[in-house]
Amino acid sequence: MSSLWTALAQFGPEGVPGGGTVDDGVVQIATPSVDWTAIAPILVLAIGALLLLAVDSLWRGKKPAGFYALWTVVTAGAAGLATIPMWDRIDESGALSTVGGAVGVDGFTLLMTAVICSAVFLGALLAKDYLPREGLDGPGFYVLMLLSASGGVIMAMANDLIVLFIGLETLSIAAYVLAAMHLKRIQSQEAGMKYFVLGAFSSAFFLYGIAMIYGATGSTNLVRINDFLSQNLLRSDGLLLLGLALMLVGLGFKVAAVPFHSWAPDVYDGAPGPVVAYMASGIKAAGFAGIIRVLYLTFPSYSDDWRPIIFVLAILSLGVGAVLAIVQSDVKRMLAYSSISHAGFILVGVEAATQAGVSAVLFYLATYTFLVVGTFAVITLVDQQGDSAHELSDYRGLSRSSPVLAFVFTILLMAQAGVPLTSGFFAKFYVISASVEAGSYWLAGLAMAAAVIAAFLYLRLIVTMWMSTDADGAPAEGTKIRVPFAAGLVLAITFIVTVGVGIWPQPAVEWSEEGEPVLVEYQPPEPVDLGVPPGF
Amino acid sequence: MDQSFAVLTAIVLIPAFGAIAIALTPKSRVEIIKMFAVLFSVASGALSIWVLWNFDKADPGFQFVSNQEWIESFGISWSVGVDGISLFLVVLTGVLFPLAIVGVAVKKDEKAYFAWILLLMAGVMGVFVALDLFLFFVAFEVTLVPMYMLIGGWGHGERVRAATKFFLYTMFGSALMLVGILALVWLNQSATGELTFSLPVLAANVGDALSTTQSRIIFASFALAFAIKIPLFPVHTWLPDAHTEAPTAGSVILAGVLLKLGTYALLRFGFFLFPTVVVDASWILLTVGVIGVIYGAVVATMQKDLKRLIAYSSVAHMGFVVIGIAALNTEGVTGSVIQMVNHGVSTAALFLLVGMIYTRRHTRDISALSGLQKAAPMLAGVYMLVMLSSIGLPGLNGFVGEFLILQGTFLSGRYWAVVAAGGVILAALYLLWAYQRVFHGPAEGDNAKIRDLGVREALVMAPFLIAIVFVGVYPKPVLERIEPSVDAILCQVELRVDDFTYSSTEAGSQLDPEKRDRINEEYELDVDVERADDGAETGDEPSTPCERDAERMEILAARQAEADADAEAEAERAGEDGE
Repeated sequence: MSSLWTALAQFGPEGVPGGGTVDDGVVQIATPSVDWTAIAPILVLAIGALLLLAVDSLWRGKKPAGFYALWTVVTAGAAGLATIPMWDRIDESGALSTVGGAVGVDGFTLLMTAVICSAVFLGALLAKDYLPREGLDGPGFYVLMLLSASGGVIMAMANDLIVLFIGLETLSIAAYVLAAMHLKRIQSQEAGMKYFVLGAFSSAFFLYGIAMIYGATGSTNLVRINDFLSQNLLRSDGLLLLGLALMLVGLGFKVAAVPFHSWAPDVYDGAPGPVVAYMASGIKAAGFAGIIRVLYLTFPSYSDDWRPIIFVLAILSLGVGAVLAIVQSDVKRMLAYSSISHAGFILVGVEAATQAGVSAVLFYLATYTFLVVGTFAVITLVDQQGDSAHELSDYRGLSRSSPVLAFVFTILLMAQAGVPLTSGFFAKFYVISASVEAGSYWLAGLAMAAAVIAAFLYLRLIVTMWMSTDADGAPAEGTKIRVPFAAGLVLAITFIVTVGVGIWPQPAVEWSEEGEPVLVEYQPPEPVDLGVPPGF
Repeated sequence: MDQSFAVLTAIVLIPAFGAIAIALTPKSRVEIIKMFAVLFSVASGALSIWVLWNFDKADPGFQFVSNQEWIESFGISWSVGVDGISLFLVVLTGVLFPLAIVGVAVKKDEKAYFAWILLLMAGVMGVFVALDLFLFFVAFEVTLVPMYMLIGGWGHGERVRAATKFFLYTMFGSALMLVGILALVWLNQSATGELTFSLPVLAANVGDALSTTQSRIIFASFALAFAIKIPLFPVHTWLPDAHTEAPTAGSVILAGVLLKLGTYALLRFGFFLFPTVVVDASWILLTVGVIGVIYGAVVATMQKDLKRLIAYSSVAHMGFVVIGIAALNTEGVTGSVIQMVNHGVSTAALFLLVGMIYTRRHTRDISALSGLQKAAPMLAGVYMLVMLSSIGLPGLNGFVGEFLILQGTFLSGRYWAVVAAGGVILAALYLLWAYQRVFHGPAEGDNAKIRDLGVREALVMAPFLIAIVFVGVYPKPVLERIEPSVDAILCQVELRVDDFTYSSTEAGSQLDPEKRDRINEEYELDVDVERADDGAETGDEPSTPCERDAERMEILAARQAEADADAEAEAERAGEDGE
């Protein structure tokens, strides 16, 4: 026992697994020291998921309604709350790195974790009534969502490209299955298949990129790569740039940036509503976490090379997303393109390559999470049973049949369009402010112009809800939508956050400013004499 | 003046709270909803009258100022105040909204209708009192949504298309303005180290913080947004559609106050922040304004729809306002400010009257209307008076503004003034011709049976008529409140722009001396010289805005010193009493 303690305490980055020490003839397996509180959110999410599976298989018989959703909501909430103790530590002693330098925890990580957990929280609430309605209830959906989120959190704290890849795959593979979750709709199967094939392809790109960067810098650890690049000037950096480009393909795919977006409309169209809500919020946030960690943190010295690429990606996403969104007649496809356009906006913040830009990205992702989940909550409700009523015409006269729902939807859409006094406006304001501060006037101007084009899309939806008339000129009457409690809660939360942050953004701005990503060298803990009890 | 009560904040927030109160009232309780709408709009309007009453006409600066931290991280504050330029626009808004709410009947969905109108009122008030660029932008944008909903939800015919056009046009303008605002703020931050959106602070720093090119580009981004809102030729095309398809109250508010957002913002934010650029660009503004005057008038003449005709007359009138601003002298700018108010009064009244005709005859087609004056003499009379004010008949309010504008423009850009004066004649042409076709002629069928003004309608029209005649006959109380602030702004221009003489050419007596001598030589005159010299001897020499501004500041300072002395004496007396 004593030897195990000593081994645990003595392990450092140099003590590679397998190279254990021999003491009293017993080979001690060296394991890295783990700061359990630092990685608590991952553990809570993953163990919560596994426990849910275990409980479900051990507890035979009918579960109370909403048991799985409640479990997921509590787990996601607990994972979010698990970030709180870390805030104090980061405030006191700065960011830290643990698990042998594989993960790093800083303000950025914690905020991203909170965003991803909120996405799961809201997504699970949304799924609570959706799954029984579609006859799909079971633990699988929730388990996959929790596991996917744990992958997202891993990405947000990855300090090593390999860890980033593990996070990406955990995130994605669960999401592929989630997209195909609706067993009764062939479109859902198609969406899952498409997402999987293209996603696997992009992961391969990503992995290949890692290999090249390893070849160019001799490490996969973000800190080492950064150190290496700041101390050495590469005579030919083609390999490194190619690696960077390939990694960008993988990450660009996850956030659905043009030209890596082609999966998004089909997958959004086919996948179940709550899954799309989670994909547009949680997965997007995780993807941007990866982009920030790789580009902004690891390759600041190459910003002259990657900023133009991000510039182009941002312009393309903004333009293509906005223009193609207007020509759709299917609401889910519309919002798929609109989410591409939003990704373009967030990329504008990334392009600034400043701390203000990162804060703006955080603010945008946090507010967008609530916006987009709220929006898809309405779509899920209007879809009705069978999950197919998401043509634009299905929204005709919604303001007459369900005025409150139509009103909340209108405010959420206005926020997506960037109308002031909503969180969506301030998010755009923040991003544009960071971009202008960094001197990217052109990008800022083009982004705002694209926002106007995109506004047309939201207006179309609003017009359909409020101003449709029948052939004889009388106002159209929509179908009455029943809003279950959990979905109503989602709408209430998203509405309050959207309007509240819009009117009083100061606290959220302060949090975003705290979300500073930093790379820190792994500091192995001092070997501590744990005071081995006598007699051992 | 009770400074502890933030009256302007209340003026902005009361309608917003009213909108929330209406949103929380059940849909079926229409009387309560109507009562709320009247109550909240009247409360805000009454406060605006109170501000007018307590306004200190000697003070050219911002009054009733209140500052409140809003978003500290960006240096954004809730900062409001009025000066002579915004004062009457605030009052106009405060009076026009209650009248539009009372004067126009709504048939469907009253709850949403009144909630949107109150929200619109809050937004418009916000623009007129904002002294913070962020607050201004937010208010400027917030007005879009309610107007969009009002046109799209309660309008006529092609209402959705018109509403969408309106929304996208104006949003496009302000989208680029946001980039301009942020560029201004960040450039100022990098030059002075202070991150702020406060208008007075920025106005003081901008001259040093920005290069000429930078301020030109930023001004262009502002000017585009304002030009769309005003609307100036060639970005005016949203206006006729929006006006024609909007419900009556929508047109009234759109013409009455919303168009003024553009010209007001041009004066307040364009002029105040970028005087050098405005001086350089004044010929562009003059040209575009003159084109607007003539084009609006010509197109208005050809309209078949009465409402569309008045919509195009707005293009012409707003062209006048822009010309006056670009004249860059006290007459022109003062004339513009008063013309904004006048246009708000007369065009709003015209739209109300057309709305009344429409509810009676269900058509606005000029050819379908004829001889209305036989059955409805009062309606015809009121329409006549309002129309004459819109034409600019001396003795009515429209004349005061147009005269001052033309006078000012003549001094600084006389060729433009000559062309613009033609617009006044064209205005008489299209308005009188339309009047003749609609109210004169034989009355047959429905036209003969048209109902005259009811009591409620007459009461709604009464304030408009009073304002039209009062300002036309006795404009002094209005002018003397506007002028100090106009002088203060022009003084800024004088101080910041080298060789700037436009504003000093008042009454033509301060013409370039060389030019004066040359004229005298050429025509063998020496009278002018003597007269000018006489003026100098008797102390009648016309002063520049800066001199007048300095005089006012002295008076203010003296008054303040007096008040301080009084307060001190009071305190001493109180102290003695205490002992």
